[in-house]
Amino acid sequence: MCQDCGCGDPQIVPVEVHERLLSNNDRVARHNREHFAAHDVLAINLMGSPGSGKTAILEAAARALVSHRRLGAVSGDLATDRDAERLRAAGIPAATITTGSACHLDAEMVHHALSGFALDSLDIFVIENVGNLVCPAIYDLGQALNIVALSVKYPVMFRNAQAVLITKIDLLPHLGGVSLQMFNDSLARVMPEPRAFPVSARTGEGIDRWLEWLETSRPRV
Amino acid sequence: MHEYSIVCSLLERVGAEARARNATAVHRLTVRIGAAAGVEPALLSKAYEHFRAGTICAGAELRVECVAERWACPVCGRTLERGGILSCEGCGMPARLMSGDEIILERIEMEVP
Repeated sequence: MCQDCGCGDPQIVPVEVHERLLSNNDRVARHNREHFAAHDVLAINLMGSPGSGKTAILEAAARALVSHRRLGAVSGDLATDRDAERLRAAGIPAATITTGSACHLDAEMVHHALSGFALDSLDIFVIENVGNLVCPAIYDLGQALNIVALSVKYPVMFRNAQAVLITKIDLLPHLGGVSLQMFNDSLARVMPEPRAFPVSARTGEGIDRWLEWLETSRPRV
Repeated sequence: MHEYSIVCSLLERVGAEARARNATAVHRLTVRIGAAAGVEPALLSKAYEHFRAGTICAGAELRVECVAERWACPVCGRTLERGGILSCEGCGMPARLMSGDEIILERIEMEVP
């Protein structure tokens, strides 16, 4: 009620909140993190674009760790159980978190999925996020490590291409351990006649070489 | 479009605050969004327009305050240029994000009986 004149009008009050909008998610993430720590499990949030090879990396990790570390995983997938099936075939206890149209996993989804796992029997737990390089970045899931997978996969796309532009190479000096040799090596595995032009739209590096090649590729009359 | 799920969290939170105070309407919400938070203010506003219908926020304006991205050395305090190499030129330490990752519900202006 208005306190000033007794008119009986409702009053508008400001309520200061100052709280993170994802504080519910953060709280569940903290709970997940405690859960992982209590069972001495290293939790990893594995992110990357679709087709970046997240599932394949886990399959390879399972093979490499077979005798000394026990891996478990959940895979975020829009509709199918395919990734988790592949992981189970590789000997990793795995479940799917079906996200529907959601573009990321949140801590609650992971918490729910965790109830199906005996964490005591695991050393490393991988949360394979939805293939998306934007949305998963802002949701804490309770992981100890965020890992991003990057690749030149999509074999059909590369196989049918005459040339590949390796873009944003001005960022290379900031990416420790990333080399063009690595890309060229991967490309040679999916492209019978690999032809790659490392370019930077920002500095202009490599653009000339690419354009020169375009000229030589014009249809001849 | 994770902005949609952020708006759902926002409406849930405001709904809870309004119920706790027996509010009859909400007039304005103020949120602070950092430039490096991974949330697009325009998409957030659009998602809000879409989802507020039928909630206590139906008539409430959403005010989005943007917070600049600011990096500094955690040891010597030197500030770093955004977009530059994120380690301190002086002591070589990895820089720390001092502000710009906020996704914060700052204030709710509501009508109470």
